[in-house]
Amino acid sequence: MKLKVILARLLGVALLAAAGTALAQQPPLKIGFGMSLTGPLAGNGKAALISMEIWRDDVNAKGGILGRRVEFVYYDDQTSPATVPSIYTKLLDVDKVDLVVSGYGTNVIAPAMPIAMQRKLTFMGLFGLNVNSKFKYDRYFQIMPAGPEPAIGWSQGFFDAAMGLNPKPTTIALVGADVEYSAMALEGARAHAKRVGLKVVYDKTYPEKTVDFSPILRAIQATSPDLIFAAPYPPDSAGIVRSANEVGLKARMFGGGLVGPQFAALKTQLGPLLNGMVNYEFYVPELNRQFPSLQLFLAKYQGRAAKEGVDPLGFYLPPYAYAMMQVLEQAIAKVGSLDQEKLAATIHKNEFETFVGKIRFGQNGEWAASRVLMVQYHGIVGNDVDQFRQPGKATVLSPKEFRTGDVKTPFHENRK
Amino acid sequence: MSFWGHVSGMEISTSLLFNAIIAGLLLGGFYAAVSVGVSISFGMLDVVNIAHPAFILLGSYIAYYVNSQLGFDPIVVSLVLSPLFFLLGMALYRVYYLCFEKRGQEALRGLAFFFGILFITEVALILVFGVDYRTVQTVYADTTLRLGELDFPLRLVVPFLVSVAMVVGLQLYFTHTFFGRAVLAVAQDPLALRLMGVNPVRVKELAFALSIATAGVAGAFLIVIQPVQPSIGREYIGLTFAVCVLGGMGSIWGTLLGAFVLGLAESFTSTFFGPSWAPAVSFGLLLLTLAFRPSGLFGR
Repeated sequence: MKLKVILARLLGVALLAAAGTALAQQPPLKIGFGMSLTGPLAGNGKAALISMEIWRDDVNAKGGILGRRVEFVYYDDQTSPATVPSIYTKLLDVDKVDLVVSGYGTNVIAPAMPIAMQRKLTFMGLFGLNVNSKFKYDRYFQIMPAGPEPAIGWSQGFFDAAMGLNPKPTTIALVGADVEYSAMALEGARAHAKRVGLKVVYDKTYPEKTVDFSPILRAIQATSPDLIFAAPYPPDSAGIVRSANEVGLKARMFGGGLVGPQFAALKTQLGPLLNGMVNYEFYVPELNRQFPSLQLFLAKYQGRAAKEGVDPLGFYLPPYAYAMMQVLEQAIAKVGSLDQEKLAATIHKNEFETFVGKIRFGQNGEWAASRVLMVQYHGIVGNDVDQFRQPGKATVLSPKEFRTGDVKTPFHENRK
Repeated sequence: MSFWGHVSGMEISTSLLFNAIIAGLLLGGFYAAVSVGVSISFGMLDVVNIAHPAFILLGSYIAYYVNSQLGFDPIVVSLVLSPLFFLLGMALYRVYYLCFEKRGQEALRGLAFFFGILFITEVALILVFGVDYRTVQTVYADTTLRLGELDFPLRLVVPFLVSVAMVVGLQLYFTHTFFGRAVLAVAQDPLALRLMGVNPVRVKELAFALSIATAGVAGAFLIVIQPVQPSIGREYIGLTFAVCVLGGMGSIWGTLLGAFVLGLAESFTSTFFGPSWAPAVSFGLLLLTLAFRPSGLFGR
């Protein structure tokens, strides 16, 4: 019996060694990308990188892709669109990577698109809002669940909740930063406002380096809007929420497109100031039964994130960064090569099983159906991060299949 | 509430107007704190310390660390630890003097040196604290005093008060003490100072150290006002030098006035015309001032 066990173990070791040798003999499959490792979005960029590295390690443990060990070649884009074209040119011409994927965010995906298009590459995008609306590139795929009309889908839940109020709101204020993301989000909000007949009483953007947001919020308050749709990037989101508290902002609904309250750094910093706000999320613990596979990913991610000092919750970007790589991995497995045309065709045709659920892409490379959650925060006490790990701090307003309650208005009376 | 008219379809009420003034002054107080060190180093000592925002950020992170570990107020921490920043400034100037100024190479190489310090500090902060946003918890950050319809958010009021006290204190120090006058003299004529038995290098060393100490305090203001991440300091390079030039090179009162002018311009533009115009208006004011008064508001 003992001899059998020893022989089985020896055989296992030999097989592993053979697999390792086979992997070592093949050239590595190099995947290149820029990522925000410094600059305003570095916290998210680093979290995405960790997530992608977990995928890489998982894939290599299974024998790699096409029998080749996966390697990453990446550079810090400093959260600056200006650095992106040179990074992707270097990845393709100097580093000779086999595949490229995008960095994090609309602002750095858009400047990479012309290069991907020129080289006819299949290009996976990580959280770009409506980037393909101008490029209309048939080999671009975007992992954020904003739906086939991203600008519209992004704020659909906010406007659905607002127009379900009695009496119906009549006016809205729109505010965002002078960045690509805000422009896209506000474009969608304007379209919604027009569709439902809301009068836009304030529609302005602010420069990125704004320190104090109270003059902006007072100007908004002076127009007495029923609704305030804001689409800032961090750290502006923190400034806007704090200033809303300081000026005693009054509106029936406030929020919508703030980037920041989805991850731990801003959740814990703002704490109870988030109460009453309506904003988008991609996952909240209230939905842990509907997202069982996501729990598997979070278990892998959270331990490593704690060591690396990045978003300890990982509800927002990390699962989707992993899912983006899963889509690419499954597409390559189906095609059996790195043929860019076939990869794009395969991603268009098939549904993919990922940690964030089943994903099917539409004609424009966006999710075939929107799955942006619109939630209202409540009951947040203090600044402890652990309270956000448990259900009870958010009501899911939309989409219908995830709904856990109705919106409570006005905003200023639900702040506590 | 009385109405004064309409701008951009918005009624200008007394409260809106006065709140815009208050917001502008509070913002100006913060701008003064981040700029006064540059006014000393660049304006008085002719040392182009482009790394000044990096020391502001270092102050932010030290305040964050002590606040998160021990719960002490970040501004109190910064004041208590300002002697450490003073010593850091002395050491930095000594290196700068020996490597560049003494050899007459301060113009370009000195500038590159400070750029290097800026990036090294940034990288060091990333290695130690990571890239995520950091913030502090204070008892006053979420409190707003209301006087009728006027708002006084303590998140901005506390830094404003300490900043104005610091700037006024510096002005009194520079104008009422021997050392202060020596600092004012060293930029104008170091040889004359030497003939009077004062070592200009020592004077510059101490004055530069003072400028770095102010950066440490301004860093605490920054993290009280907004969350910080390691590269946020770069955003303040243009602002600090703009305030310094607008106010008049080397003038502490000028720095305070310049900071208030930029703060008020930003607040008024954001309130009444749209925040996108704020940088254009602020820097337009700077250009206009330089066109009619090239030495700045309080420059000689």
